[in-house]
Amino acid sequence: MKFTAEAQMALSRRNFLKTSGAIIVGFSAASQISSDAFAQGGPSPGAPAMGQVDSWIAIAADGSITAYSGKEELGQGISTAQQQLVAEELSVPFERVKLIYCDTALTPDQAHTSGSQSHPVNFNNSNLGQAGATAREALLQMASQKLGLPVDQLTAAKGVIQARNDASKKVTYGELVAGKKFNLPLSKTAKRKHPREWTVLGQPLQRPDMPLMATGTFEYVHNVKVPGMLHGRVVRPPVPGATVVNVDEASIKDLAGVEKIVVRKNFVGVVAQKQFQAVQAAAKLKVEWSKGTGMPDQAGFLETLRQAQPSRDILLVDSGDSAAKISGAATVVKASYIHPNQMHGSLGASCAVADVQGDKATIYSATQGVWYQRSACATLLGLKPENIHVMFRRGSGCYGLNGADAATYDAAILSQAAGKPVRVQLTRKDEMAWENYGHAHVMDERAGLDAQGNILAWEHEAWIPAKGNRPGAARPGNIVTGSLLGFEPDTFQPRTPAPAPNAYNNNSNGIPSYVAGRVKGMNQGTGTIASERVLVHNLQSPVFTGPLRSPARLQNTFAHESFMDELAAKVGADPVEFRLKHLKSERVIGVLEAAAKAAKWEKRVSPRANAKTGTVTGRGVAVVAYEGDNGYTGIVVEVNVNQQTGKIDVKRMWVAIDAGPISNPDGLKQQAEGGALQGMSRALGEEVTWDREKITSVDWRTYHSLPVGFEIPKIECVLVNQPDEEATGAGETSITVIGAAIGNAVFDATGARLRQIPFTPERVKAALNARG
Amino acid sequence: MSTINLKVNGQPHALDLDPATPLLYALTDEVGVGGPKFGCGLGQCGACTVIIKGQAVRSCVTTVKAAQGADIVTLEGLGTPGKPHPLQKAFMDENAAQCGFCLNGVILTAKALLDKNPKANEGEMQQALSNVLCRCFTHTRMLAAINTYAKSKAGAR
Repeated sequence: MKFTAEAQMALSRRNFLKTSGAIIVGFSAASQISSDAFAQGGPSPGAPAMGQVDSWIAIAADGSITAYSGKEELGQGISTAQQQLVAEELSVPFERVKLIYCDTALTPDQAHTSGSQSHPVNFNNSNLGQAGATAREALLQMASQKLGLPVDQLTAAKGVIQARNDASKKVTYGELVAGKKFNLPLSKTAKRKHPREWTVLGQPLQRPDMPLMATGTFEYVHNVKVPGMLHGRVVRPPVPGATVVNVDEASIKDLAGVEKIVVRKNFVGVVAQKQFQAVQAAAKLKVEWSKGTGMPDQAGFLETLRQAQPSRDILLVDSGDSAAKISGAATVVKASYIHPNQMHGSLGASCAVADVQGDKATIYSATQGVWYQRSACATLLGLKPENIHVMFRRGSGCYGLNGADAATYDAAILSQAAGKPVRVQLTRKDEMAWENYGHAHVMDERAGLDAQGNILAWEHEAWIPAKGNRPGAARPGNIVTGSLLGFEPDTFQPRTPAPAPNAYNNNSNGIPSYVAGRVKGMNQGTGTIASERVLVHNLQSPVFTGPLRSPARLQNTFAHESFMDELAAKVGADPVEFRLKHLKSERVIGVLEAAAKAAKWEKRVSPRANAKTGTVTGRGVAVVAYEGDNGYTGIVVEVNVNQQTGKIDVKRMWVAIDAGPISNPDGLKQQAEGGALQGMSRALGEEVTWDREKITSVDWRTYHSLPVGFEIPKIECVLVNQPDEEATGAGETSITVIGAAIGNAVFDATGARLRQIPFTPERVKAALNARG
Repeated sequence: MSTINLKVNGQPHALDLDPATPLLYALTDEVGVGGPKFGCGLGQCGACTVIIKGQAVRSCVTTVKAAQGADIVTLEGLGTPGKPHPLQKAFMDENAAQCGFCLNGVILTAKALLDKNPKANEGEMQQALSNVLCRCFTHTRMLAAINTYAKSKAGAR
């Protein structure tokens, strides 16, 4: 592998993330919204040491292998890939490995499972993969001593090490380890299997959880039962900001089975013997609430953000000359884009089980961070963290910070009050009215082009309201339950003007792929445009917000990739060629060309000369380097637009994805497919709504997700294998590009430009009418 | 409270319950099956689906009183991990799940339709699944699995 100085700098950032012992949560100076990627690596006190093989791998006397990971299965397929990884590095069959993840009694603290970090942190040269390689080398050394042969004359397969020339000289892993521990630090030099040598990794294996899921026998957190378990329900305020004035406990005194009414500040919940009793008790409990704090008028709310104060301003790049370059350019193009708050909208409303007994607690949670959850629950319960055992159990797909952490806090509080184990099931409305929504963005793009159609300068300015975030170890007030209990969310720290950037950070894809990304004299971006400025205004939000699959990256990329299309159209250039002309990263170019090739892209200047009535067809393209360098996707989509109704039908998609060496092609393909369709649902219909008092999108009639029974586009995936590169993220790339690609396809078909998500028929019709 | 008699996957259960209890809670908490799941409690998403009298029924909005006496089939009533129903097997072969929470609703809704109408066309299948949600958007694979099963079923006739 050869790296340029710039690439090495980018790699060193990833190495920092992989190996960092620092936990950085909340706003970081350089980060835009979510510092997920920076919240990697613990360890919490008492967690298994990250640098010890025994924290990751155990080999029993019978040769069975248990691997321990701090990265959990949320549905993204990473547990299958991790099991493949360990089997590969230890030269054993896939089935020989049992993988345990995210249990504070057993597994290393790898912070959250989030931010597309599981693949890079565990499959590159540290953590789980390196532990496997270290263990294999240690086993070979042990075998060398035992058999009296040099290591280079030994070979390992299926858990047996034998002499290359004499099959009778052999010893099993189980015999070598003999029930003991390795007691060995992770070796930095332990040689990893090269992707070209892989026999287990790289295979499209069936997910081991598949037979269980398909037969209703997989244990989700919703299925956890412990002896003596009671059922809890919470009573959330009717409107944001409302506080408890009075709780009339007598109002449910006639109900059977009620064990406990719990009121702590503004947290209200009930505990009953049976679930339906808890449901009835929560519904009938008479709670007097104060008036709420009110909500801003949603009509035009996002447009007001440009004037909103206070603001925390961040400059991601600034060449200092962009405004002058733009004003002096032959062609100037400006456009504004809007992205609303959207929901995680997990299919199953969140659930958790907690058993708090005296000074100890046992918690089953679908949290993305068991160790953080342990610390936060210690604060909520007044217990020592080491007395709390948190076990991950899968919930319904979360896509980021859904209600799982809130439900866990709810269960813990109710169990402590009841003195018995309590299962809390949130209602659909509890989930949807109070989750940490994906951030709304208002984005202005400006560019100047020369007479030959080259982009000379690009400016991006974004306004992003936020409130709360992942609660992490110490901020329970970042989510609803902690807030009701009286904890404060992350402190807002206004800052204007923004200081000059002191390190390159494209973690939030605020920086377009087409600019040079020059910070401290080094071009670290993926593009060629030397004159650039990206300014972000972080604002205060009326609703809780948090990371939703591809946080900020998706919103920024919608603006960048739509705008790039506008620029191409303005100068009469083909959208693919125009992108290629302003890119220098081979990885970005690679996925763009792969998608275009798969789609048999025909060179064009959009829009096509289609009729202005009836249903017309068009194609659009978009590309992203997720977080600047953590996964790559290019996409082409084909749409039909009904110009009478404004309805968009996405007919076909071609998705090219590059996540480094392909650990499991079927898993990678599934992430590409699922991300594209989920992103399509978000682009076409999903939007959090409110009136002047409260959230009004509180069920599946008021929040619009595409059902299983819609006309599904034909999806063709191109998996770009990079055996000589590092593993990158894979789960948040196709979802990031689909919105712009659909909008660009609509423009290609109709000449109408869509600049606000979701692309509802009303908005499409308005854009069609506006084209004249 | 009164005695409620439910027949789930062929097994009788006499339960002491409020007759207004949603069937879902009786199945998950009293009978102890894991297939039907709480998604919305409003009959909007399909996660709680069971089959009663050949119909895909939303157990979160069906009372135990209404379900008395009927044969209730849940996802685990179709097959086991070792001996799956062909439709379940088709899902396994396609790796047609991400988090898997929706599978109960998708599989049982498709099965109820194909039992009634083995030659259901694409439009009819879309109609049947128009109120079933999968938020991971595993749609492509799930429909492929359903089509594989539908074809094998048609071929076997």
